[in-house]
Amino acid sequence: MRSSNLRLFIAGGLLVAIGLAMLVSGFASGSPDGLNKVAEDHGFAANARQHLFENGPLAGYAVKGVNGDRLSTGLSGLIGVLVTFGVGLALFALLRAVRSGGHDRSEPTRAP
Amino acid sequence: MHIPDGFINAPTSLAAGAVAAGGVGVSLRRAAQTLQERQAPLAGLVAAYIFAVQMLNFPVAAGTSGHLLGGALAAVLVGPWAGALCVAVVLLVQGLLFADGGLSALGLNIINMALVTAWGGYAVFLLLRRAMPATKTSVTVSAGIAAGISVVLASLAFVVEYAIGGSGGASVGTVFAAMVGVHTLIGIGEGIITALTVGVVLGVRPDLVYGAADLQAPLVLGPKPAETARKAS
Repeated sequence: MRSSNLRLFIAGGLLVAIGLAMLVSGFASGSPDGLNKVAEDHGFAANARQHLFENGPLAGYAVKGVNGDRLSTGLSGLIGVLVTFGVGLALFALLRAVRSGGHDRSEPTRAP
Repeated sequence: MHIPDGFINAPTSLAAGAVAAGGVGVSLRRAAQTLQERQAPLAGLVAAYIFAVQMLNFPVAAGTSGHLLGGALAAVLVGPWAGALCVAVVLLVQGLLFADGGLSALGLNIINMALVTAWGGYAVFLLLRRAMPATKTSVTVSAGIAAGISVVLASLAFVVEYAIGGSGGASVGTVFAAMVGVHTLIGIGEGIITALTVGVVLGVRPDLVYGAADLQAPLVLGPKPAETARKAS
């Protein structure tokens, strides 16, 4: 019961993340972020070098070959959410496996 | 706040890479020891959620935007060790697939946005919680304020890196004032998003929130009260 609830919660949360990355991302501010703005205002933005993967298929949160800014950004967001979820899930499952394989030094979650 | 290649010189970036690797290593070890079974899938979700919300730049001042960093949020939800790893995963995916954040600056970015926000944010969260009554509202409010402060801490970490190996002409004092100023504003957004998210999770599954573990009814070991009563009679 508890674990099916957990699965439901994770699935719901993932849907929220996908919705935000696919549908809301198109409305995000296009202005430079705090660091980039400071760099522009104070003369070190030009020091930025091109990213090694600048021409990658998802570079700059757009899917290469997909026309339409919002669609392209939204699709890249969907891919990003799924990849991040997959990598995160694999990493934390691996951590759990390492722990149960070795000596279990788990302690109950400590109260703050 | 993703640092591109070139803002900070190579030696400093390299040293930051070593520091970040050490921090990630500590986080891996501690998370392996403390992460509870039900928190493992949650940690994956937290990483995915942070990726999504980092795409949502919100305007903070004329011609400037900010986005969630997420380290404090992750730390409150899954603990500071797994929380730092969540953001590190996001930064890795962004750097490798989305050309966001320079690859030579990955260590710098992990320090600023994963380690400083998750560990620093969680430390502030704990201090605030001690000063407030043990309620869900306190957890939500503490998480929001800690998240806001964590953004300023992250901007301070950048200033330190700039002071050590910045490639620009601007003085450290100028960069300090500009970075802290704009990131105080961005911190307000970070605080609101964090408080909203923590509030929702506390409403739906309070047992999943690492930073609210003390609010759960303690596990009663031994016979149920009813059985004890029956035996006594």
